[in-house]
Amino acid sequence: MSNWDAGATLLLGAFHGLNPAMGWLFAVAIGFQAQARRAVVGALGPIAVGHLASMAFTVLVVEELRVLSSEATIRIAGALALAAFASWRIASSHRHPRWVGMCLRRRELALWSFLMSTAHGAGLMLIPVVVGLHVNAHDHMLMPSSLGPVTAVLLVHTVAMVAVAGAIAVAVYEFLGVGVLRRGWINLDRVWAYALGAGAAATLLIA
Amino acid sequence: MARWTPDPSFYPSPKMAMEAPEETLAYVALLEPDQTSRPDALGVLDLERGSDTYGQIISTVEMAAPGDELHHFGWNACSAALCPTAPRPHVERRYLVVPGLASSRTYVIDTKDDPRAPKIAKTIEPDELIAKTGYSRPHTSHCGPDAIYMSGLGGANGADEAGGIFRVDCETFEPLGPWESEQGQQRYQYDFWWHLNKDTLVASEWATPSMFENGVVPEKLLAGEYGHAMHIWDLRSGKHLKTLDVGAEQQMVLELRPAHDPSREWGFVGVVVSTADLSASVWHWYRENGEWQIRKAITIPAEPADPELLPPLLQGFGAVPPLVTDINLSLDDRFLYISCWGTGDFFQYDVSDPFDAKLTGKVRLGGIVSREAHPASGPLKGGPQMVEVSRDGRRVYVSNSLYSSWDRQFYPAGLDGWIAKLDVGADGGLALDAEFLTTEFDGRLPHQIRLEGGDASSDSYCFS
Repeated sequence: MSNWDAGATLLLGAFHGLNPAMGWLFAVAIGFQAQARRAVVGALGPIAVGHLASMAFTVLVVEELRVLSSEATIRIAGALALAAFASWRIASSHRHPRWVGMCLRRRELALWSFLMSTAHGAGLMLIPVVVGLHVNAHDHMLMPSSLGPVTAVLLVHTVAMVAVAGAIAVAVYEFLGVGVLRRGWINLDRVWAYALGAGAAATLLIA
Repeated sequence: MARWTPDPSFYPSPKMAMEAPEETLAYVALLEPDQTSRPDALGVLDLERGSDTYGQIISTVEMAAPGDELHHFGWNACSAALCPTAPRPHVERRYLVVPGLASSRTYVIDTKDDPRAPKIAKTIEPDELIAKTGYSRPHTSHCGPDAIYMSGLGGANGADEAGGIFRVDCETFEPLGPWESEQGQQRYQYDFWWHLNKDTLVASEWATPSMFENGVVPEKLLAGEYGHAMHIWDLRSGKHLKTLDVGAEQQMVLELRPAHDPSREWGFVGVVVSTADLSASVWHWYRENGEWQIRKAITIPAEPADPELLPPLLQGFGAVPPLVTDINLSLDDRFLYISCWGTGDFFQYDVSDPFDAKLTGKVRLGGIVSREAHPASGPLKGGPQMVEVSRDGRRVYVSNSLYSSWDRQFYPAGLDGWIAKLDVGADGGLALDAEFLTTEFDGRLPHQIRLEGGDASSDSYCFS
């Protein structure tokens, strides 16, 4: 993984972690219900597992396709998928997951996190990085089937996501209070849609 | 259209919502008394202090056709949009979802462009509602964490079938089908609300449409055939969990007011009349050691009266029943308000300890026999009925119409519409605002009142 890949992976992880809809707000609510900071931190595990699973799902689809087709095809298909998802998010911004239920077992919380990440197209945003990895891999004549760098991307991304989500969750639970949502919650879904569009362009442009 | 920052009228907790600015207007359902000559309307009540038209209806939007019987309308989105499970804080509190109980038609009314002159944006026609949900006669609308939830008091096949709950998309306003995943033990549908953080929905029972559409049916009432239970449902799965029966003599279990603080597992529900002694009552439901329970919290006795002064329905009893038709709970879960549409009494109870409700305020307006006057008027017809409380808990508004066929039955001489305002002290107590009495409704009668930006029965919260 180049410094560039690592940096992009970390930043995307932080961006996902920042979004209240990706889990930190739920962790805060679970903390308030249990009246314990331990519960805030405890919720981060299942949230991380669900997020990682969603990312891995997208990345594995890309990997499978890669075995079957050329690098250029992958890049174009990836870009098209991103662009399609971005336009769908912009055109149907009212569509949102219909999850109901606050009292969840850990397994259900992980499923919730998986569904939220997938519905927001979080995994798609990693496509430029994953495609980029293979471009680099070819340069270095590595075995194309090596999953090492891909696994590293997924782990670095998830660690960054959980670090940011956890820091915000604890700060909101301990000091800030949920009142910060009233003004501080900018529409990340819209930023997200534009980020996905930018991801589509980046996938095409990566050399 | 989505916003960049959350709608400023959304608050994470009821405590924060109490800091909201004072309302400057309200929306009022206005019913045409005969339900045939003109459509019902939604009126805009000016509440901006210092305005020349303060306390007056400044505009009305007429519905599409006569005979809707508008009932308990709500917002497309509210503070529940900040709940963490499926948050969508950037939708707008913009549309009023206004159900027509008699017509089965629902209006979506847009308040954005000019909040003082709202417009009909969409209607959900009866055919579409019935085809998609199997329910008819929509009655109550609440903005939920994932969609708008509504109750329908009737089924798809005639007036002897009971209703249920259905969901509607909060932006496209498409009915999404019945909410329940199984029928359960509930006989009739009326009100519903929830304890969001406990994944619990509560629902109450009135009757089948044939038992209310032409007025109360005395034989069925005396036989204890109206609803006498409330129900606990699992909000996630739509499964019925428990029936809380208050006894067959307790007839018509109506308005449910769960505690606003989502960590609390209790609430109050009003019962209209007891067949034993015509008293009315308010019941307290709560969860103890994991089990849902219900107990009688407040009893309001009937008042003996000269049969000459009573409507035919009540002459044989020689008494005025209090008829608790609406209740409301302040956002701090401290004060419970009770409307007695029969006697004309309006009560405030301190329910800081819900096991020990204490009477802290009382005002009488109208009433079947007493017709108590307001300082700004002569004797009043009708009694306090729909009650709404401002978010800060300092102002209470009451209107006097219940339901056209019931209005005729209990007040056969006819009603003149009115809305009164009561002021609440920082530590409770009720004082009638002697200057405030809205009486001009162009011949229509006021029912539900919704305050600008939210009120004490419009929003739910996921944080304490």
